[in-house]
Amino acid sequence: MGTPMPETAATQLDFLESMLRIRFFEEEVGRLRAEGSIVGSVHLCNGQEAVHAGACAALDPSRDAVFPTYRGHGWTLACGVPPYALFAELLGRQTGVNGGRGGSAYLTAPEYGMYGENSIVGAGAPIAAGAALAATFDGSGRVALAAFGDGAMNQGAVHEAMNFAAVRDLPVIFLVENNHYSELTPIASMVRGDRLFARASAYGMPGGRVDGNDPAAVRDAVAQAVERARGGHGPALIEAMTQRIVGHYIGDAQHYRPPGELEAALADEPIARLLATLRETIPHAELDALSERVRAEIADASARAQADPPADPSTVLEHLYA
Amino acid sequence: MPETRDLSYAEAVNAALARALDERPETLLFGEDVALPGGVFGVTKGLRRRFGERVFDTPISESAIIGGAVGAAMFGRRPIVEIMWADFFLVALDQVVNQAANVRYVSRGAVTAPITIRTQQGSAPGACAQHSQSLEAVFAHVPGLRVAMPATHQDAYDLLLAAVWCDDPVIVIENRTLYHTGRRPVGVNGGIQPAEGALIRRPGADVTLLTWGAMLHAALEAAELAAGRGIDAEVIDARWIRPLDLDTVLASVERTGRLVVAHEAHTTGGVGGEVLAAVAESGVRLRSAPLRVGAPPVRMPAAPALARAVVPNALTIADALIRSAAGGSVGAAAEGAADVPRR
Repeated sequence: MGTPMPETAATQLDFLESMLRIRFFEEEVGRLRAEGSIVGSVHLCNGQEAVHAGACAALDPSRDAVFPTYRGHGWTLACGVPPYALFAELLGRQTGVNGGRGGSAYLTAPEYGMYGENSIVGAGAPIAAGAALAATFDGSGRVALAAFGDGAMNQGAVHEAMNFAAVRDLPVIFLVENNHYSELTPIASMVRGDRLFARASAYGMPGGRVDGNDPAAVRDAVAQAVERARGGHGPALIEAMTQRIVGHYIGDAQHYRPPGELEAALADEPIARLLATLRETIPHAELDALSERVRAEIADASARAQADPPADPSTVLEHLYA
Repeated sequence: MPETRDLSYAEAVNAALARALDERPETLLFGEDVALPGGVFGVTKGLRRRFGERVFDTPISESAIIGGAVGAAMFGRRPIVEIMWADFFLVALDQVVNQAANVRYVSRGAVTAPITIRTQQGSAPGACAQHSQSLEAVFAHVPGLRVAMPATHQDAYDLLLAAVWCDDPVIVIENRTLYHTGRRPVGVNGGIQPAEGALIRRPGADVTLLTWGAMLHAALEAAELAAGRGIDAEVIDARWIRPLDLDTVLASVERTGRLVVAHEAHTTGGVGGEVLAAVAESGVRLRSAPLRVGAPPVRMPAAPALARAVVPNALTIADALIRSAAGGSVGAAAEGAADVPRR
């Protein structure tokens, strides 16, 4: 890729809409979890939306494959899964994307190029490499994108996948969403040297760091890696620097975060940042209308999903074997 | 065209792989040392030369091998991978249990993971504790997986092809002590069998002896030893540990009223215990206490003299057959069952 083109207003508004959809979705999930309509572990991605919106803007949904983590609602929505089907999944409804079999942390939506969250840290990386391996035989031109957190960079499976992909020139992109916390522990205390992307050179692939709160920057970095991978030149590692502005799980008091850190993160979170830029050129009323439209879409999707019947227990034994 | 060839067990596996690669262009074959070296046991010899890039060597990275297979299978490939020793599975169990076994179920069939994982296991002289375990119960415990244990040259061919043709993740557990035990006639290029079903290897009237894997040969020998004492054992080769063909076992036990299950794996938490439970639950009337013959709950030692004290053989199985046939009340038989761990 050459010099980044100035973003058109339309593109910026697309990013804003995509990120707002994720943010409002997560806020509604937080509410549903608090009232007990959603049960179990839920990992929200508030603050990391630019990574999902930016990366998916660089992928071809008709053939590329995304393998996110358990913090995957943002990825799922950015891949185009309707909020209604996602709410229904989290609510354990028959109409959920997986009929309630996946839940918040292990859902999959292959028809949207979303090939499954993974609740095992780093486990999606070898599978993404496998999807890329298939592409080297089927002529599809598919690129696989494995997304995982900074903590996953210390998992053996991720290293195995990176080496395997590099040695076979597989069209896979390893995207680290570095939100600075491996679950509840600062990544800085778990690695010697904080340049996670620099590990790429050890595997013989390009690696780079990008501002993960800037969707256009993420898109450009991913687009460059996609172009390279599709051209048969192998994998790349991208480290997107971001912050989650909520707990690791709903109910996480985040007492492990130093004073002032969250406030700083809130001041730099991607939606506030993009809105500040857009307000310089776009009438506020237009931005407010966009926001209200997405908010209404989310509210409607949530209400419809809540009205759906629970997953049908009579189907629980189905689809185990061919 | 169906024909019969004289093949070793290893050659029968090789012939099955060659047929799969030949007839199903979506198959891939990969693993450690399987391509250019032809496999540490020579099982995959010549396949790279014949099938080119679809057969390739991998890093020593079991998670990448199995995870790579899962991902490729989700996109229409049909990977056949090798985990050189069953013990090596344990570093990549996540990709088997948390990943492969879940793909179809969670997606309600929208995505599937038709992978075949070949491995070999079991005790052989001098093998250390990390190269001699029998782990079929670990895999058989997991819904979504199929587990095959070919005991004969013919099954080395047939079960592997059934696994590759099957749309589920299948683990095929071979046994290296069988690989090079001489050539026997093997029917090749016949129909593909379903991925299930036990076989009666020796019909008999007095005791049902269920076994699988390399232990089949010790079981058949034990049956001959017992025959010398006037005991007619029916030897069933389970062949598939999951799904386990309980119908065949129950039908046999209905006839004989007696059951011995012999396997090389530990009895504690093992598949033999599962069979005994299923027989008990079925309500079939037993004439003596059902018995398990297997390794006691101890680690596997390397020295042959020590390993021999752990691994069942024809004599220990024959002893169980004799006790089963002589067994009166359930309590009395259990009293004499030295092979059943007291825990």
